[in-house]
Amino acid sequence: MNTNGTLVDVDGVEKVFRRGMEEIHVLRDLRLEVPAGQFLALMGPSGSGKSTLLNLIGGLDRPTRGTVTVAGERTDQLSELRLASWRARHIGFVFQLYNLLPVLTAERNVELPLLLTHLSRAQRKEHVATALGVVGLTHRAGHYPRTLSGGEQQRVGIARAIVADPTLLLCDEPTGDLDRKSGDEILDLLQALNRQHGKTIIMVTHDPHASARASRTVYLNKGQLSDQPLD
Amino acid sequence: MAFLPLIWSNLKRKKLRTLLTVLSVIVAFILFGVLCSIRQALTGGVSMEGASRLIVRHKVSIIQLLPVSYKARMESLPGVASAVHQTWFGGFYQDRKYFFMQCPVVPEEFLDMHPEMLLPAEQKQAWLRTRSGAILGRATAARFHLKIGDRVPIQTPIWTKSDGSQTWEFDLVGIFDGKEKTDDTMSLFFHYDYFDEGRGFGKGQVGWYTIRVKDPGQAAAIAALVDKEFENSAYETKSEPEKAFVQGWIKQIGNIALMTAIILGAVFFTILLVTGNTMSQAVRERTGELGVLKAIGFTHRQVLLLVLGESCLIAALGGGLGLGLACLIVPALAKPLSTMLPMFFFPARDLLLGAGFCLVLGLATGLFPAWQAMRLRVADALRRM
Repeated sequence: MNTNGTLVDVDGVEKVFRRGMEEIHVLRDLRLEVPAGQFLALMGPSGSGKSTLLNLIGGLDRPTRGTVTVAGERTDQLSELRLASWRARHIGFVFQLYNLLPVLTAERNVELPLLLTHLSRAQRKEHVATALGVVGLTHRAGHYPRTLSGGEQQRVGIARAIVADPTLLLCDEPTGDLDRKSGDEILDLLQALNRQHGKTIIMVTHDPHASARASRTVYLNKGQLSDQPLD
Repeated sequence: MAFLPLIWSNLKRKKLRTLLTVLSVIVAFILFGVLCSIRQALTGGVSMEGASRLIVRHKVSIIQLLPVSYKARMESLPGVASAVHQTWFGGFYQDRKYFFMQCPVVPEEFLDMHPEMLLPAEQKQAWLRTRSGAILGRATAARFHLKIGDRVPIQTPIWTKSDGSQTWEFDLVGIFDGKEKTDDTMSLFFHYDYFDEGRGFGKGQVGWYTIRVKDPGQAAAIAALVDKEFENSAYETKSEPEKAFVQGWIKQIGNIALMTAIILGAVFFTILLVTGNTMSQAVRERTGELGVLKAIGFTHRQVLLLVLGESCLIAALGGGLGLGLACLIVPALAKPLSTMLPMFFFPARDLLLGAGFCLVLGLATGLFPAWQAMRLRVADALRRM
């Protein structure tokens, strides 16, 4: 974290994809600062580069130009190996389609990030129970994803994201595949994580109802950010 | 170890596919065990060998004879401790298909040369004093239900007797065992004097010599010395280690090791394709999941190890069960085969080799899909969920 409390600092970032000879500029000279403890909603039309920005902040991809600093670390400069362990320590991902491993029970799915730590089996079990308790799914710990509802699966996904106590939660359309009721429950949960546990959250969403739960909303259009929606 | 439940869960993802793959590996390793046992049975029976022994034969071929007088000349050479001779008798018992080796030898010196042959003292004495006496290996005695005191007629198409007969009769006075499981217990040995007196031709000539060298480290030099001694004579010699000589005999049956290697090579190549295909499919099906693991913080190397772990677990399960079953099946087959293949057993060294193959199979089948999984870019993989 910077001395001014900025957790995420995206500075002058450009992202260019190449399709054959054609260059597609997804992000252009993008700047974004996210203070620690903020719940930021990132909105924008399809193809505006929201997920690309999220991937850059989460260290899943690298910018073509510019710098990405998260928790005081220039992630665009880290090697693949260091980036992986950095992700394990600092980032919790929540995906639109939950992305649970179907062959593992809820508790085993939640345990996955802890396999990369030096915790003992008993300690891992304790952490998993705590995370499942936070998302209210203790009673479903032994269930496989296929036996859980969409809302429950997403809560397992959130438990997995928070179990290793990451610095930053990155949520890519976390309610995009859920009905309104389940979506509200997930948003309640994210809000609680932000307000009660002080988690910094960046959430990509299309849904104004979801963005209303965030403490700040930014809009991405044609590769550039603004604080106001365009049209 | 923390990844083991994850690897195991992935194997259970498509239970039928995993089961069929493991079954095919099991079958391959059972076949491996049985083929190794057959090779052992065919090659082990003639493996009387010692590092300190050389075989001296006619330079042209084994069927050319050497003079019996060579014995004294060989024993006079420096480095040679003793020399004994044997001659190929090439007979059969009852029927041509009942073949086993028979050789006329000088009993006392022959037994001294081959301490691995275990013959009770009283049977040895009986052999020494019985001119028509013969000793027979335990395996062949069991095969034909022969016992001490039996008269054993052997017919030979090679050694016609002076009276024109081709049937030689021997009194069975001893049954010998081998020190090791691999020692020959199939052959019959009888008095050279009895043979030389009775044969219609070739008197005073023998098939080959076994010489014991004083210093095994000098074996090559002594072999050269022996051959030099008889150079430019009517009976030039070729000296070689006993093992090389024995292998020459086995090659008359066919190159058993090569045949076994070819069959096993074909089997393992097929298994490699089957298991490799299973692993590639398994990785293709869960590209997205691998992306999730990488997003969570799994390194490329850890993902590679996860996939390799799966392929090694399949190979270990299939190979372990296959080798285990081979260990049960081979002894069960050994009993009905005991008359034809008395030394049919699964050697411990081949069991270890099989374990090595398990590891190689696991690594070879997992390497390519693991490499593909390792190279996956997280962002691309996540799009394929």
